[in-house]
Amino acid sequence: MKIRLNGEPYELAGPLSITALLTGLGIDPRRVAVEHNQIVVKRGAYESTRVEDRDEVEIVNFVGGGSGSGGQENSRD
Amino acid sequence: MTDTDPLVIADRTFTSRLIVGTGKYPSYPVMVRAHEASGAEMVTVAVRRVNISDRSQESMLDYIDTARMFLLPNTAACYTADEAIRTARLAREAGLSNWIKLEVIGDEKTLFPDNEALLEATKALVKEGFVVLPYTTDDPVVCRKLQDAGAAAVMPLGAPIGSGLGIQNPNNISIIKEFARVPVIVDAGVGTASDAAIAMELGADAVLMNTGIAGAQDPIAMAEAMKLAVRAGRLAYRAGRMPKRRYATASSPLEGVIGR
Repeated sequence: MKIRLNGEPYELAGPLSITALLTGLGIDPRRVAVEHNQIVVKRGAYESTRVEDRDEVEIVNFVGGGSGSGGQENSRD
Repeated sequence: MTDTDPLVIADRTFTSRLIVGTGKYPSYPVMVRAHEASGAEMVTVAVRRVNISDRSQESMLDYIDTARMFLLPNTAACYTADEAIRTARLAREAGLSNWIKLEVIGDEKTLFPDNEALLEATKALVKEGFVVLPYTTDDPVVCRKLQDAGAAAVMPLGAPIGSGLGIQNPNNISIIKEFARVPVIVDAGVGTASDAAIAMELGADAVLMNTGIAGAQDPIAMAEAMKLAVRAGRLAYRAGRMPKRRYATASSPLEGVIGR
């Protein structure tokens, strides 16, 4: 099945929970927030929320930023 | 005087009146040291999509001691009320608080806020229980409307974001401060220490900056300069400056001058 993940098409074997999706992506659930079809998913509901074909999922985290443009990551050295 | 002069926003009390950003530093270690030198107790962070294909990137949060530093997520780069509201909800879920520095940008070149959409988003988020700190133009009427809508502070710009032009309309900032019942935080435009001092002398309750520190040749030294400037400006404001006069007024006695 195909979902939209962070704005891009993404292929998955079949329906799965948010927990399974994050695990599969190697993402620590404590560090992110997840939106499922434009609704924020509470952490406690990751296990019970099913991602189905054609769903939209956004996974975000905090990055460096002040105002306006924001989101400009600092270099890593 | 400084000991008894805390900054209170909503239910939180801060000793420092300087709020700093987390973007554009040459490196994370420099950012950490600049944050320390600034004495700030609150930092802004942006909310962005996780990089799905490259999971190797370090997390900015590894470099912030969240026990000491309060995180203020922003809705930077949101261009509609709806985007900003969704971003605020995600920030609340990702973070530890219901505070949001609300930005709804109306123009790419100036990054000026879209005040109409900002007001709409403020109302919606206040209703959802957020502590809303809206970034706004230095317009006293807009600031009053945001305050009436339940904003926990108003954040008028000193100059365009990242411009370093200093406080372009000092009169507006002091008018905003005159009627404000919530803290006034000058956000954006501060380029060097004197700009921060001027903002505070005008009565601003705090100053928020990112590029003013991160964009300096030596961000750590500039962070300390900003800390001192904010304190100096605040003290000068509370001390009450002398009136300005057009002509000289001697400060030494006029009697007893020799040779007369």
